[in-house]
Amino acid sequence: MKVPSLRDTAIAATLLLCAGFALVFFYAPLDVDQGFIQKIFYLHVPLAICSLAGFIVGGIFGIAHLRTGKAIHDVRSYVSIHLSVIFGVGVLITGSIWAHASWGKWWVWDEPTLVSFLIVFLLYATYYPLRYAIEDRDRQARYASVFAITAGAFVPLNFIAVRMAESLVHPRVFATANGGLPGSMLLTFIVCLAGMALLWVALVRFELAAKSASASLSRLRRAIEGETQVPASGSRIAPGVPSSATSAS
Amino acid sequence: MPALPLDEAGKYVAAAYVVFLALILTYVAIMAAKLARIDRELHELADVAEGRAGRDGEERAGG
Repeated sequence: MKVPSLRDTAIAATLLLCAGFALVFFYAPLDVDQGFIQKIFYLHVPLAICSLAGFIVGGIFGIAHLRTGKAIHDVRSYVSIHLSVIFGVGVLITGSIWAHASWGKWWVWDEPTLVSFLIVFLLYATYYPLRYAIEDRDRQARYASVFAITAGAFVPLNFIAVRMAESLVHPRVFATANGGLPGSMLLTFIVCLAGMALLWVALVRFELAAKSASASLSRLRRAIEGETQVPASGSRIAPGVPSSATSAS
Repeated sequence: MPALPLDEAGKYVAAAYVVFLALILTYVAIMAAKLARIDRELHELADVAEGRAGRDGEERAGG
């Protein structure tokens, strides 16, 4: 099967997100309880789902790295987690905006959904110092993979635990007790979710392509300058794409 | 809590979407700066390679 190019993925993500946001403001009805403020839901929830799914993808690449020993999987794991942390920042900020509008407070500490996401976010925030603390690249990649797998396994467990917990004020998406989302809202939400997922994929591929270009440049520099002992490509914490992997995406 | 009136809720909704846009644009700008650096270094290396090839050509012609 032919993998779509980065350009096609980026265009599809942009179109889907624009279509989703158009549906949000011109098609989806106003929520009876929350009114217009509920429109944040179509941004906040897809961001959260993509962020959490991205953490799991990072763990899966971590497994692939430990199984095969190929450095490209470590790079993919790193980029997946990196993008998911960025999406996580978006989740926390948009969630706080919604919370202030809906509850009158920027943050509620006794709400399991909020605090558990913050715990997951802070857990992954420690991923960077973990990489930074280890000089040896092979050991760094191994430890990072172990971290990605362990933390990645924690994400669904955390999600299930939160769903089972009694929510105090945070609304439950896809709750079926009151009939769930009406069709127009569900369609809008699915389009937004698909657009956000494609955006995540496009940005991951974009960063992998940039890392691949940077690694190729380093190899070219070594070849031209005739150096024999040079450090591996990439910054100290952001791994470079190995020379054996010509196609990052 | 009762739903906020549209004029008040609109500010929050706009803020959330602007934050998202700003986040993505900041990321893309940082990546664009990195790609610009790669492009600049690539041109520098091309200049070095061309200079070296020119010198080698002159040496072969002279010797």
